[in-house]
Amino acid sequence: MRIEFDFLAVLAQWPLLLHGVAWTLGLTAVSALLGVGLGVACAWARSQGPRWLRWVVGAYVELIRNTPFIVQLFFVFFGLPAAGVKLTPETAAVIAMVVNLGAYAAEIVRAGIDATPRGQFEAAASLALNRAQTFIHVVLPPALRKVWPALTSQIIIVMLGSAVCGQISTEELSYAANLIQSRNFRAFEAYIIATGIYLLLAIGVRGLLNWFGPRFIFGGRRG
Amino acid sequence: MVDFTLWDILRNLLLAARWTVALSLIAFVGGGLVGLGLLVARIARWPGAERFVAGYVQLFQGTPLLMQLFLAYFGLALFGVDTSPWVSAALALTLYTSAFLCEIWRGCVAAVPRGQWEAAQSLALNFSEQLRHVVLPQATRIAIAPTVGFLVQVIKGTALASVIGFVELTKAGTMITNATFQPFLVYSCVALMYFLLCFPVSLTARALERKLHDRR
Repeated sequence: MRIEFDFLAVLAQWPLLLHGVAWTLGLTAVSALLGVGLGVACAWARSQGPRWLRWVVGAYVELIRNTPFIVQLFFVFFGLPAAGVKLTPETAAVIAMVVNLGAYAAEIVRAGIDATPRGQFEAAASLALNRAQTFIHVVLPPALRKVWPALTSQIIIVMLGSAVCGQISTEELSYAANLIQSRNFRAFEAYIIATGIYLLLAIGVRGLLNWFGPRFIFGGRRG
Repeated sequence: MVDFTLWDILRNLLLAARWTVALSLIAFVGGGLVGLGLLVARIARWPGAERFVAGYVQLFQGTPLLMQLFLAYFGLALFGVDTSPWVSAALALTLYTSAFLCEIWRGCVAAVPRGQWEAAQSLALNFSEQLRHVVLPQATRIAIAPTVGFLVQVIKGTALASVIGFVELTKAGTMITNATFQPFLVYSCVALMYFLLCFPVSLTARALERKLHDRR
């Protein structure tokens, strides 16, 4: 038995692959921004909010962390329209990714907030900062610095998870691979190449976030 | 025309949940065995093993599980193996699990103080004795909580097997939706079932972790 591979037949469709990569990166960027924002808000609510809010956020976090992403995605894309909310595949994908990342990011950021020494709160109080100022200027930056590697990993997990969004016809990378293999029947080659691109994206995004965080999110080498 | 009551939906989902559980167990046990093999190869410092395992882990952690499932599905077919969704899903999930467990356990072995190895060596134990009687028992204690926690990831991972046609909870949900046109209700039930499967495991992992920290 001889197996012949024809990777060129797949690579010849490079505009499709490029389009897919752009969508994957775009979805990831938007979801990372909104998801981490949601996570920070939830982490604040869980560590300093009123009791009922802590309970609501706790339920949200547990619900999301204990169900598969694909079910969350199907619920948003197929379930919500039945309840009267019509969504395009792209919007549904972003909503599912943001809600998913938000729950994980909330737990990660909360761990960073819990690690804030008591003295920091006392120092902020002695400077007459109010609660919001204390949180934004004193508590959050070092908390984010501590948990940045974990947050980076979670963003990459969400990016890799976004491959599932092709199932609701979001035109991201796995969708492109699927389209190519349906045109030239080179399924194995198409998925090998897509997988290789995902691996490069994961490595690239990790490098980018490691560089980006210290410069723009929590500033320099202070503390 | 057959009418689906809520009980019909739940009953069919419960039946399908068996396969989610079965696939999770296969992947977890198989992945554990492969992962243990990789771990031993790595800490025994077999020539080339360290780099191979590092590459293996990077490969499976840095690519989507969905792509791994597709590659197992279409790849096995290339080698003339008759691909059933069962075999492909079990294979892909086992390899995926092995990479994560190997990495988790490596951290646990590294957490055993260096002096324990040296003490075992000074008792003239050879490598496998050091590992079996001194290092692994201590590493296992640390490893239990994160390993149980990872089981949740495996259960959730099996949902992707629905995409290659493996009829488990998620696929059953899709099929029932196609028959009942009640996606909101059906996917809520599906999510609830995953939650009922995963949440007790998450709680157990958390309790184990707390116990370990208390003991120290």
